[in-house]
Amino acid sequence: MKSESKLEKILNAGHFAVTGECGPPRGADPEAIRKKAKYLKGMVDMVNVTDNQTAVVRMSSWAGCLILIQEGLEPNYQMVCRDRNRLAMQSDILGAYSLGIKNILCLSGDHQRFGDHPGAKNVYDIDSMNLINMVKTMRDEGRFLSGAEITVPPKMFIGAAANPFGDPFEFRVHRLAKKVAAGADFIQTQCIYNMDKFKKWMAQARDMGLTEKVYILAGVTPMKSLGMARYMKNMVPGMDVPDEIIKRLRGVDKKRQADEGIRICVEQIQELREIDGVAGIHLMAIEWEQRVPEIVESAGLLPRPEV
Amino acid sequence: MIVAERKPISEILDMIKDYHRIMLVGCKGCVTVCNAGGEKEVGILAATLKIARKKEGKELEVAERTLERQCDPEYIEQISDIVDDFEAIISMACSVGPQFLSERYPDALVFPGLNTKFMGGALAHGVWAERCQGCGTCIVHLFGGYCPITRCSKSLLNGPCGGSSNGRCEIDKDIDCVWHLIVEKLTRQGKLSNILSVQPPKDWTTSRDGGPRKVVREDLA
Ligand code: SF4
Repeated sequence: MKSESKLEKILNAGHFAVTGECGPPRGADPEAIRKKAKYLKGMVDMVNVTDNQTAVVRMSSWAGCLILIQEGLEPNYQMVCRDRNRLAMQSDILGAYSLGIKNILCLSGDHQRFGDHPGAKNVYDIDSMNLINMVKTMRDEGRFLSGAEITVPPKMFIGAAANPFGDPFEFRVHRLAKKVAAGADFIQTQCIYNMDKFKKWMAQARDMGLTEKVYILAGVTPMKSLGMARYMKNMVPGMDVPDEIIKRLRGVDKKRQADEGIRICVEQIQELREIDGVAGIHLMAIEWEQRVPEIVESAGLLPRPEV
Repeated sequence: MIVAERKPISEILDMIKDYHRIMLVGCKGCVTVCNAGGEKEVGILAATLKIARKKEGKELEVAERTLERQCDPEYIEQISDIVDDFEAIISMACSVGPQFLSERYPDALVFPGLNTKFMGGALAHGVWAERCQGCGTCIVHLFGGYCPITRCSKSLLNGPCGGSSNGRCEIDKDIDCVWHLIVEKLTRQGKLSNILSVQPPKDWTTSRDGGPRKVVREDLA
Protein backbone atom coordinates (compact mmCIF):
# COMPACT_ATOMS: atom_id res chain seq x y z
CA MET A 1 0.00 0.00 0.00
CA LYS A 2 1.27 3.41 -0.96
CA SER A 3 -1.17 5.25 1.26
CA GLU A 4 -3.70 4.72 4.01
CA SER A 5 -6.61 5.35 1.68
CA LYS A 6 -9.76 3.26 1.79
CA LEU A 7 -10.14 3.68 -1.96
CA GLU A 8 -6.70 2.20 -2.50
CA LYS A 9 -7.66 -0.83 -0.38
CA ILE A 10 -10.87 -1.34 -2.32
CA LEU A 11 -9.15 -1.09 -5.68
CA ASN A 12 -6.25 -3.27 -4.60
CA ALA A 13 -8.72 -5.94 -3.49
CA GLY A 14 -10.12 -5.94 -7.00
CA HIS A 15 -13.50 -4.40 -6.23
CA PHE A 16 -15.27 -2.19 -8.74
CA ALA A 17 -15.09 1.19 -7.01
CA VAL A 18 -17.78 3.84 -6.78
CA THR A 19 -16.86 7.39 -5.88
CA GLY A 20 -19.15 10.36 -5.46
CA GLU A 21 -18.94 14.10 -5.30
CA CYS A 22 -20.01 16.86 -2.98
CA GLY A 23 -19.88 20.56 -3.75
CA PRO A 24 -19.38 22.62 -0.57
CA PRO A 25 -21.78 25.48 0.22
CA ARG A 26 -21.43 29.18 -0.53
CA GLY A 27 -21.36 29.86 3.18
CA ALA A 28 -20.04 28.59 6.47
CA ASP A 29 -22.86 26.16 7.26
CA PRO A 30 -21.54 22.63 7.91
CA GLU A 31 -25.09 21.24 7.76
CA ALA A 32 -25.13 21.69 3.99
CA ILE A 33 -22.37 19.11 3.76
CA ARG A 34 -23.80 16.83 6.44
CA LYS A 35 -27.06 16.71 4.53
CA LYS A 36 -25.35 15.61 1.32
CA ALA A 37 -23.25 13.13 3.31
CA LYS A 38 -26.39 11.35 4.51
CA TYR A 39 -27.38 10.50 0.94
CA LEU A 40 -23.89 9.31 0.05
CA LYS A 41 -23.08 7.23 3.13
CA GLY A 42 -22.87 3.53 2.34
CA MET A 43 -23.49 4.28 -1.34
CA VAL A 44 -19.99 5.30 -2.44
CA ASP A 45 -16.47 4.42 -1.33
CA MET A 46 -15.11 7.94 -1.38
CA VAL A 47 -16.48 11.44 -1.89
CA ASN A 48 -14.68 14.20 -3.81
CA VAL A 49 -15.02 17.64 -2.31
CA THR A 50 -14.64 20.24 -5.03
CA ASP A 51 -12.23 23.16 -4.74
CA ASN A 52 -13.89 26.46 -5.71
CA GLN A 53 -15.42 24.68 -8.67
CA THR A 54 -16.07 26.79 -11.77
CA ALA A 55 -13.97 29.43 -10.00
CA VAL A 56 -16.79 30.36 -7.65
CA VAL A 57 -15.86 30.80 -3.97
CA ARG A 58 -17.17 28.10 -1.68
CA MET A 59 -16.20 26.58 1.64
CA SER A 60 -12.67 25.17 1.32
CA SER A 61 -12.31 21.63 0.11
CA TRP A 62 -10.24 20.50 3.10
CA ALA A 63 -12.86 21.80 5.52
CA GLY A 64 -15.58 19.99 3.61
CA CYS A 65 -13.43 16.86 3.75
CA LEU A 66 -13.16 17.11 7.53
CA ILE A 67 -16.93 17.38 7.90
CA LEU A 68 -17.29 14.25 5.76
CA ILE A 69 -14.82 12.43 7.99
CA GLN A 70 -16.96 13.40 11.00
CA GLU A 71 -19.90 11.84 9.17
CA GLY A 72 -17.98 8.63 8.62
CA LEU A 73 -17.18 9.12 4.92
CA GLU A 74 -13.86 8.86 3.13
CA PRO A 75 -13.14 12.20 1.43
CA ASN A 76 -11.08 13.06 -1.63
CA TYR A 77 -9.46 16.47 -1.32
CA GLN A 78 -9.64 18.29 -4.65
CA MET A 79 -6.91 20.85 -5.20
CA VAL A 80 -6.64 23.22 -8.14
CA CYS A 81 -3.55 25.09 -9.33
CA ARG A 82 -5.46 28.30 -10.01
CA ASP A 83 -5.59 29.64 -6.46
CA ARG A 84 -2.41 28.58 -4.69
CA ASN A 85 1.31 28.65 -5.22
CA ARG A 86 3.61 25.77 -4.32
CA LEU A 87 4.07 26.94 -0.73
CA ALA A 88 0.34 27.09 -0.01
CA MET A 89 -0.26 23.75 -1.72
CA GLN A 90 2.37 21.87 0.23
CA SER A 91 1.31 23.31 3.56
CA ASP A 92 -2.35 22.53 2.84
CA ILE A 93 -1.39 18.97 1.91
CA LEU A 94 0.47 18.52 5.21
CA GLY A 95 -2.41 20.03 7.14
CA ALA A 96 -5.03 17.95 5.37
CA TYR A 97 -3.13 14.74 5.93
CA SER A 98 -2.48 15.56 9.58
CA LEU A 99 -6.25 15.77 10.07
CA GLY A 100 -6.99 12.44 8.40
CA ILE A 101 -7.44 13.24 4.69
CA LYS A 102 -5.89 10.41 2.70
CA ASN A 103 -6.85 11.08 -0.90
CA ILE A 104 -6.13 14.03 -3.14
CA LEU A 105 -7.23 14.93 -6.65
CA CYS A 106 -4.79 17.18 -8.50
CA LEU A 107 -6.41 19.54 -11.01
CA SER A 108 -5.55 22.55 -13.13
CA GLY A 109 -8.85 24.22 -12.25
CA ASP A 110 -11.28 26.24 -14.31
CA HIS A 111 -10.03 29.67 -15.30
CA GLN A 112 -11.42 32.48 -13.13
CA ARG A 113 -12.81 34.32 -16.13
CA PHE A 114 -16.28 32.83 -15.64
CA GLY A 115 -16.22 32.65 -11.85
CA ASP A 116 -17.46 35.10 -9.25
CA HIS A 117 -14.10 36.87 -8.93
CA PRO A 118 -12.94 37.43 -12.51
CA GLY A 119 -10.56 40.13 -11.25
CA ALA A 120 -8.53 37.61 -9.24
CA LYS A 121 -4.86 36.91 -9.89
CA ASN A 122 -4.31 33.78 -11.91
CA VAL A 123 -1.71 31.83 -9.92
CA TYR A 124 -0.72 28.70 -11.88
CA ASP A 125 2.69 28.61 -10.24
CA ILE A 126 2.78 24.90 -11.09
CA ASP A 127 0.38 22.88 -13.23
CA SER A 128 -1.61 19.75 -12.39
CA MET A 129 1.13 17.49 -13.76
CA ASN A 130 3.65 19.11 -11.43
CA LEU A 131 1.18 18.97 -8.55
CA ILE A 132 0.77 15.20 -8.99
CA ASN A 133 4.52 14.80 -8.99
CA MET A 134 4.93 17.07 -5.99
CA VAL A 135 2.51 15.01 -3.87
CA LYS A 136 4.28 11.84 -4.96
CA THR A 137 7.68 13.25 -4.03
CA MET A 138 6.31 14.36 -0.67
CA ARG A 139 4.83 10.92 -0.04
CA ASP A 140 7.44 8.53 -1.46
CA GLU A 141 10.67 10.48 -0.96
CA GLY A 142 9.62 12.49 2.05
CA ARG A 143 10.77 15.67 0.37
CA PHE A 144 9.30 19.03 -0.46
CA LEU A 145 9.52 20.36 -4.00
CA SER A 146 12.60 22.26 -2.84
CA GLY A 147 14.27 18.98 -1.90
CA ALA A 148 14.16 19.64 1.85
CA GLU A 149 13.16 16.75 4.06
CA ILE A 150 9.67 16.33 5.50
CA THR A 151 9.51 15.08 9.07
CA VAL A 152 6.26 13.12 8.66
CA PRO A 153 5.40 12.61 4.96
CA PRO A 154 1.76 12.70 3.89
CA LYS A 155 0.74 9.21 2.75
CA MET A 156 -1.96 10.18 0.30
CA PHE A 157 -3.50 8.25 -2.57
CA ILE A 158 -2.95 10.45 -5.61
CA GLY A 159 -5.67 11.14 -8.11
CA ALA A 160 -5.74 13.04 -11.36
CA ALA A 161 -8.38 13.99 -13.89
CA ALA A 162 -8.53 13.06 -17.54
CA ASN A 163 -10.81 14.35 -20.23
CA PRO A 164 -10.95 11.97 -23.20
CA PHE A 165 -13.23 14.47 -24.94
CA GLY A 166 -10.88 17.42 -24.91
CA ASP A 167 -8.95 18.24 -28.05
CA PRO A 168 -6.71 17.27 -29.68
CA PHE A 169 -8.07 13.74 -29.18
CA GLU A 170 -4.95 11.86 -30.32
CA PHE A 171 -2.88 13.59 -27.66
CA ARG A 172 -5.26 12.81 -24.80
CA VAL A 173 -3.87 9.36 -24.11
CA HIS A 174 -0.35 10.78 -24.05
CA ARG A 175 -1.46 13.27 -21.44
CA LEU A 176 -2.85 10.37 -19.42
CA ALA A 177 0.51 8.62 -19.76
CA LYS A 178 2.24 11.75 -18.50
CA LYS A 179 -0.02 11.88 -15.46
CA VAL A 180 0.76 8.24 -14.72
CA ALA A 181 4.47 8.93 -15.11
CA ALA A 182 4.11 11.94 -12.83
CA GLY A 183 2.70 9.67 -10.12
CA ALA A 184 -1.09 9.41 -10.42
CA ASP A 185 -2.48 6.31 -8.70
CA PHE A 186 -6.02 6.77 -9.93
CA ILE A 187 -7.83 8.77 -12.58
CA GLN A 188 -11.31 10.22 -12.47
CA THR A 189 -12.54 11.12 -15.92
CA GLN A 190 -14.73 13.89 -17.22
CA CYS A 191 -18.44 12.94 -17.51
CA ILE A 192 -18.82 10.40 -20.27
CA TYR A 193 -21.73 10.62 -22.69
CA ASN A 194 -19.96 9.72 -25.94
CA MET A 195 -19.32 6.01 -25.29
CA ASP A 196 -17.67 5.32 -28.64
CA LYS A 197 -15.07 7.96 -28.09
CA PHE A 198 -14.47 6.83 -24.53
CA LYS A 199 -13.99 3.24 -25.67
CA LYS A 200 -11.49 4.37 -28.26
CA TRP A 201 -9.56 6.26 -25.60
CA MET A 202 -9.63 3.26 -23.28
CA ALA A 203 -8.32 1.04 -26.07
CA GLN A 204 -5.43 3.44 -26.56
CA ALA A 205 -4.78 3.41 -22.83
CA ARG A 206 -4.76 -0.39 -22.77
CA ASP A 207 -2.42 -0.52 -25.77
CA MET A 208 0.03 1.71 -23.96
CA GLY A 209 -0.19 -0.49 -20.86
CA LEU A 210 -1.62 2.35 -18.80
CA THR A 211 -4.54 0.40 -17.35
CA GLU A 212 -1.95 -1.84 -15.68
CA LYS A 213 -0.43 1.15 -13.96
CA VAL A 214 -3.36 3.29 -12.93
CA TYR A 215 -6.94 2.78 -11.81
CA ILE A 216 -9.36 4.50 -14.14
CA LEU A 217 -12.69 5.57 -12.67
CA ALA A 218 -15.14 6.50 -15.40
CA GLY A 219 -17.04 9.74 -14.76
CA VAL A 220 -20.83 9.87 -15.06
CA THR A 221 -23.30 12.67 -14.39
CA PRO A 222 -27.05 12.08 -14.59
CA MET A 223 -28.96 14.66 -16.60
CA LYS A 224 -31.70 16.34 -14.58
CA SER A 225 -33.45 17.74 -17.60
CA LEU A 226 -33.28 18.45 -21.30
CA GLY A 227 -32.17 21.97 -20.43
CA MET A 228 -29.17 20.65 -18.50
CA ALA A 229 -28.22 18.34 -21.36
CA ARG A 230 -28.37 21.21 -23.82
CA TYR A 231 -26.33 23.41 -21.53
CA MET A 232 -23.67 20.72 -21.08
CA LYS A 233 -23.53 20.15 -24.82
CA ASN A 234 -23.26 23.77 -25.87
CA MET A 235 -21.79 25.71 -22.99
CA VAL A 236 -19.27 23.51 -21.20
CA PRO A 237 -15.90 23.42 -23.00
CA GLY A 238 -14.51 19.92 -23.42
CA MET A 239 -17.88 18.23 -22.83
CA ASP A 240 -19.17 15.85 -25.50
CA VAL A 241 -22.92 15.17 -25.37
CA PRO A 242 -24.12 13.21 -28.42
CA ASP A 243 -27.46 14.03 -30.01
CA GLU A 244 -28.94 10.67 -28.96
CA ILE A 245 -28.90 11.78 -25.33
CA ILE A 246 -30.67 15.02 -26.22
CA LYS A 247 -33.16 13.08 -28.35
CA ARG A 248 -33.95 10.61 -25.58
CA LEU A 249 -34.64 13.36 -23.10
CA ARG A 250 -36.69 15.31 -25.60
CA GLY A 251 -38.69 12.17 -26.25
CA VAL A 252 -40.24 12.07 -22.79
CA ASP A 253 -42.63 14.33 -20.97
CA LYS A 254 -40.95 17.20 -19.13
CA LYS A 255 -41.97 15.78 -15.75
CA ARG A 256 -40.34 12.47 -16.57
CA GLN A 257 -37.06 13.84 -17.94
CA ALA A 258 -35.30 13.46 -14.58
CA ASP A 259 -36.25 9.78 -14.40
CA GLU A 260 -35.11 9.30 -17.96
CA GLY A 261 -31.81 10.99 -17.04
CA ILE A 262 -31.34 8.52 -14.20
CA ARG A 263 -32.18 5.61 -16.48
CA ILE A 264 -29.58 6.76 -19.04
CA CYS A 265 -27.03 7.10 -16.26
CA VAL A 266 -27.66 3.57 -14.98
CA GLU A 267 -27.32 2.17 -18.50
CA GLN A 268 -24.07 4.08 -18.93
CA ILE A 269 -22.69 2.63 -15.72
CA GLN A 270 -23.57 -0.88 -16.87
CA GLU A 271 -21.90 -0.29 -20.20
CA LEU A 272 -18.79 1.24 -18.58
CA ARG A 273 -18.49 -1.73 -16.23
CA GLU A 274 -17.98 -4.00 -19.20
CA ILE A 275 -15.02 -2.03 -20.54
CA ASP A 276 -11.69 -3.68 -19.91
CA GLY A 277 -9.55 -1.45 -17.70
CA VAL A 278 -12.35 0.55 -16.08
CA ALA A 279 -11.77 0.05 -12.36
CA GLY A 280 -14.83 1.91 -11.13
CA ILE A 281 -17.09 4.84 -11.69
CA HIS A 282 -17.03 8.38 -10.44
CA LEU A 283 -20.62 9.50 -10.01
CA MET A 284 -21.00 13.27 -10.07
CA ALA A 285 -24.64 13.93 -9.28
CA ILE A 286 -24.36 17.71 -9.30
CA GLU A 287 -26.65 19.14 -6.58
CA TRP A 288 -28.62 15.91 -6.89
CA GLU A 289 -27.06 13.75 -4.19
CA GLN A 290 -30.49 12.51 -3.06
CA ARG A 291 -30.76 10.44 -6.23
CA VAL A 292 -27.39 8.73 -5.75
CA PRO A 293 -28.76 5.76 -3.70
CA GLU A 294 -31.24 4.95 -6.42
CA ILE A 295 -28.63 5.11 -9.19
CA VAL A 296 -26.11 2.97 -7.32
CA GLU A 297 -28.78 0.45 -6.39
CA SER A 298 -30.26 0.18 -9.90
CA ALA A 299 -26.78 -0.23 -11.34
CA GLY A 300 -26.28 -3.24 -9.05
CA LEU A 301 -23.41 -1.67 -7.16
CA LEU A 302 -24.71 -2.33 -3.63
CA PRO A 303 -23.68 -3.24 -1.05
CA ARG A 304 -20.35 -1.42 -1.08
CA PRO A 305 -17.43 -3.59 0.03
CA GLU A 306 -16.09 -3.38 3.58
CA VAL A 307 -12.30 -3.26 3.70
CA MET B 1 7.82 45.48 -29.18
CA ILE B 2 5.95 46.84 -26.22
CA VAL B 3 2.34 47.28 -27.22
CA ALA B 4 0.36 50.09 -25.64
CA GLU B 5 -2.98 51.80 -26.04
CA ARG B 6 -4.00 55.38 -25.35
CA LYS B 7 -6.01 55.91 -22.21
CA PRO B 8 -9.60 57.11 -22.64
CA ILE B 9 -9.81 60.86 -23.21
CA SER B 10 -12.06 61.28 -20.16
CA GLU B 11 -9.40 59.77 -17.92
CA ILE B 12 -6.69 62.01 -19.36
CA LEU B 13 -8.89 65.10 -19.04
CA ASP B 14 -9.52 64.22 -15.43
CA MET B 15 -5.80 63.87 -14.74
CA ILE B 16 -5.06 67.36 -16.05
CA LYS B 17 -8.23 69.13 -14.95
CA ASP B 18 -6.39 71.54 -12.67
CA TYR B 19 -3.71 72.52 -15.19
CA HIS B 20 -3.59 74.98 -18.07
CA ARG B 21 -0.10 74.58 -19.45
CA ILE B 22 0.85 71.03 -20.27
CA MET B 23 3.36 69.19 -22.42
CA LEU B 24 2.71 65.96 -24.29
CA VAL B 25 5.82 63.87 -24.72
CA GLY B 26 5.72 61.16 -27.35
CA CYS B 27 8.22 58.40 -28.07
CA LYS B 28 9.61 57.23 -31.40
CA GLY B 29 10.14 53.66 -30.16
CA CYS B 30 7.64 50.83 -29.82
CA VAL B 31 4.63 53.08 -29.27
CA THR B 32 5.19 54.79 -32.59
CA VAL B 33 5.19 51.40 -34.29
CA CYS B 34 1.98 50.37 -32.58
CA ASN B 35 0.34 53.73 -33.30
CA ALA B 36 -0.21 54.68 -29.68
CA GLY B 37 2.26 57.38 -28.73
CA GLY B 38 4.28 58.60 -31.69
CA GLU B 39 4.43 62.10 -33.15
CA LYS B 40 1.13 61.63 -34.93
CA GLU B 41 -0.74 60.43 -31.85
CA VAL B 42 0.76 63.26 -29.79
CA GLY B 43 -0.69 65.71 -32.31
CA ILE B 44 -4.10 64.07 -32.25
CA LEU B 45 -4.24 64.01 -28.47
CA ALA B 46 -3.15 67.65 -28.22
CA ALA B 47 -5.95 68.73 -30.57
CA THR B 48 -8.53 66.55 -28.83
CA LEU B 49 -7.65 67.89 -25.38
CA LYS B 50 -7.77 71.49 -26.56
CA ILE B 51 -11.18 71.03 -28.17
CA ALA B 52 -12.57 69.29 -25.10
CA ARG B 53 -11.34 72.05 -22.82
CA LYS B 54 -12.68 74.73 -25.13
CA LYS B 55 -16.12 73.11 -24.86
CA GLU B 56 -15.88 73.57 -21.11
CA GLY B 57 -15.01 77.21 -21.77
CA LYS B 58 -11.47 76.81 -20.50
CA GLU B 59 -8.19 77.36 -22.25
CA LEU B 60 -5.45 74.78 -22.48
CA GLU B 61 -1.96 75.42 -23.71
CA VAL B 62 -0.35 72.25 -25.05
CA ALA B 63 3.24 71.81 -26.16
CA GLU B 64 4.21 68.76 -28.18
CA ARG B 65 7.55 66.98 -28.10
CA THR B 66 8.40 63.52 -29.38
CA LEU B 67 11.66 62.03 -28.18
CA GLU B 68 13.80 59.40 -29.85
CA ARG B 69 13.08 57.15 -26.86
CA GLN B 70 11.90 57.67 -23.31
CA CYS B 71 13.76 54.68 -21.94
CA ASP B 72 17.16 56.33 -22.33
CA PRO B 73 18.42 59.17 -20.09
CA GLU B 74 20.21 60.69 -23.06
CA TYR B 75 16.93 61.52 -24.82
CA ILE B 76 15.01 62.40 -21.66
CA GLU B 77 17.63 65.08 -21.16
CA GLN B 78 16.51 66.87 -24.30
CA ILE B 79 13.58 68.53 -22.55
CA SER B 80 15.52 69.68 -19.50
CA ASP B 81 15.42 73.31 -20.57
CA ILE B 82 11.64 73.48 -20.95
CA VAL B 83 10.25 71.11 -18.32
CA ASP B 84 9.82 73.91 -15.78
CA ASP B 85 7.57 75.85 -18.15
CA PHE B 86 4.72 73.36 -17.72
CA GLU B 87 2.38 72.49 -14.90
CA ALA B 88 1.98 68.90 -16.04
CA ILE B 89 3.54 66.45 -18.45
CA ILE B 90 1.74 63.60 -20.14
CA SER B 91 4.06 60.87 -21.31
CA MET B 92 2.83 59.05 -24.37
CA ALA B 93 5.42 56.27 -24.00
CA CYS B 94 5.01 52.86 -22.41
CA SER B 95 5.01 53.03 -18.63
CA VAL B 96 8.80 53.25 -18.62
CA GLY B 97 8.45 56.77 -20.03
CA PRO B 98 6.50 58.47 -17.23
CA GLN B 99 8.70 56.73 -14.68
CA PHE B 100 11.97 57.79 -16.30
CA LEU B 101 10.65 61.33 -16.71
CA SER B 102 9.60 61.46 -13.04
CA GLU B 103 12.96 60.16 -11.92
CA ARG B 104 14.88 62.68 -13.98
CA TYR B 105 12.60 65.62 -13.19
CA PRO B 106 11.56 65.06 -9.57
CA ASP B 107 9.60 68.33 -9.35
CA ALA B 108 7.55 67.73 -12.48
CA LEU B 109 4.05 66.26 -12.37
CA VAL B 110 4.11 63.43 -14.87
CA PHE B 111 1.03 61.48 -15.98
CA PRO B 112 0.80 58.34 -18.12
CA GLY B 113 -1.13 58.90 -21.34
CA LEU B 114 -1.04 55.24 -22.33
CA ASN B 115 -1.90 51.89 -20.84
CA THR B 116 0.98 49.50 -21.45
CA LYS B 117 -0.47 46.19 -22.55
CA PHE B 118 2.15 43.57 -23.35
CA MET B 119 5.18 42.45 -25.35
CA GLY B 120 4.00 41.24 -28.68
CA GLY B 121 3.75 41.90 -32.36
CA ALA B 122 1.38 42.84 -35.14
CA LEU B 123 -0.84 40.11 -36.57
CA ALA B 124 -2.39 42.42 -39.14
CA HIS B 125 -2.75 46.15 -39.61
CA GLY B 126 -4.20 47.43 -36.34
CA VAL B 127 -4.10 44.07 -34.57
CA TRP B 128 -1.47 43.17 -32.00
CA ALA B 129 -1.11 40.06 -29.88
CA GLU B 130 0.89 39.07 -26.84
CA ARG B 131 3.87 36.76 -27.22
CA CYS B 132 6.14 37.22 -24.21
CA GLN B 133 5.83 37.73 -20.47
CA GLY B 134 9.50 38.32 -19.85
CA CYS B 135 9.94 35.32 -17.55
CA GLY B 136 13.69 35.63 -17.99
CA THR B 137 14.37 32.06 -19.18
CA CYS B 138 13.17 31.45 -22.71
CA ILE B 139 11.96 27.92 -23.48
CA VAL B 140 9.88 28.39 -26.63
CA HIS B 141 12.08 25.97 -28.60
CA LEU B 142 10.74 23.13 -26.45
CA PHE B 143 7.20 23.90 -27.53
CA GLY B 144 7.42 24.24 -31.28
CA GLY B 145 8.21 27.92 -31.06
CA TYR B 146 5.15 28.81 -28.99
CA CYS B 147 5.25 30.19 -25.47
CA PRO B 148 2.78 28.33 -23.25
CA ILE B 149 3.55 30.60 -20.30
CA THR B 150 2.28 33.61 -22.22
CA ARG B 151 -0.29 32.10 -24.52
CA CYS B 152 -1.95 29.38 -22.43
CA SER B 153 -4.54 31.04 -20.19
CA LYS B 154 -3.29 28.87 -17.34
CA SER B 155 0.41 29.01 -18.28
CA LEU B 156 0.45 25.20 -18.33
CA LEU B 157 3.79 23.60 -19.06
CA ASN B 158 2.07 20.24 -19.55
CA GLY B 159 -1.09 21.05 -21.46
CA PRO B 160 -3.58 20.98 -23.01
CA CYS B 161 -6.10 21.13 -20.19
CA GLY B 162 -9.47 19.40 -20.44
CA GLY B 163 -11.16 22.56 -21.68
CA SER B 164 -9.39 22.70 -25.04
CA SER B 165 -12.05 22.44 -27.69
CA ASN B 166 -11.72 22.57 -31.48
CA GLY B 167 -8.42 24.39 -31.20
CA ARG B 168 -9.91 27.07 -28.98
CA CYS B 169 -9.19 27.98 -25.39
CA GLU B 170 -11.82 27.28 -22.77
CA ILE B 171 -11.91 30.91 -21.71
CA ASP B 172 -12.79 32.41 -25.09
CA LYS B 173 -13.67 31.03 -28.49
CA ASP B 174 -11.62 33.84 -30.04
CA ILE B 175 -8.44 32.69 -28.33
CA ASP B 176 -6.36 29.89 -29.84
CA CYS B 177 -5.55 27.05 -27.49
CA VAL B 178 -1.79 27.35 -27.76
CA TRP B 179 -1.44 23.76 -26.62
CA HIS B 180 -3.44 22.64 -29.60
CA LEU B 181 -1.01 24.57 -31.80
CA ILE B 182 1.96 23.05 -29.98
CA VAL B 183 0.69 19.48 -30.38
CA GLU B 184 -0.14 20.00 -34.06
CA LYS B 185 3.19 21.56 -34.89
CA LEU B 186 5.32 19.02 -33.03
CA THR B 187 3.33 16.18 -34.59
CA ARG B 188 3.97 17.63 -38.04
CA GLN B 189 7.66 18.04 -37.29
CA GLY B 190 7.94 14.51 -35.88
CA LYS B 191 9.02 16.06 -32.58
CA LEU B 192 6.11 15.08 -30.34
CA SER B 193 8.62 13.42 -28.01
CA ASN B 194 9.51 16.97 -26.88
CA ILE B 195 6.33 17.04 -24.84
CA LEU B 196 5.86 13.38 -23.92
CA SER B 197 7.81 13.64 -20.70
CA VAL B 198 6.77 15.81 -17.81
CA GLN B 199 8.09 19.35 -18.02
CA PRO B 200 9.21 20.18 -14.45
CA PRO B 201 7.91 23.22 -12.54
CA LYS B 202 9.23 26.54 -13.69
CA ASP B 203 11.76 28.38 -11.58
CA TRP B 204 10.20 31.84 -11.39
CA THR B 205 13.21 33.54 -9.80
CA THR B 206 14.19 34.99 -13.19
CA SER B 207 10.67 36.34 -13.60
CA ARG B 208 9.10 39.30 -11.80
CA ASP B 209 8.41 36.90 -8.92
CA GLY B 210 12.10 37.05 -8.04
CA GLY B 211 11.76 40.80 -7.35
CA PRO B 212 12.35 43.79 -9.67
CA ARG B 213 14.97 42.89 -12.21
CA LYS B 214 18.07 44.52 -13.58
CA VAL B 215 20.50 43.55 -16.32
CA VAL B 216 24.12 44.55 -15.92
CA ARG B 217 26.53 43.98 -18.78
CA GLU B 218 29.98 44.19 -17.28
CA ASP B 219 31.54 44.64 -20.71
CA LEU B 220 29.45 47.75 -21.35
CA ALA B 221 28.81 49.21 -17.93
S1 SF4 C 1 -7.72 25.51 -23.38
FE1 SF4 C 1 -5.60 25.46 -24.05
S2 SF4 C 1 -4.85 27.59 -23.85
FE2 SF4 C 1 -6.78 27.45 -22.73
S3 SF4 C 1 -6.16 27.04 -20.63
FE3 SF4 C 1 -6.53 25.03 -21.57
S4 SF4 C 1 -4.55 24.40 -22.39
FE4 SF4 C 1 -4.39 26.57 -21.92
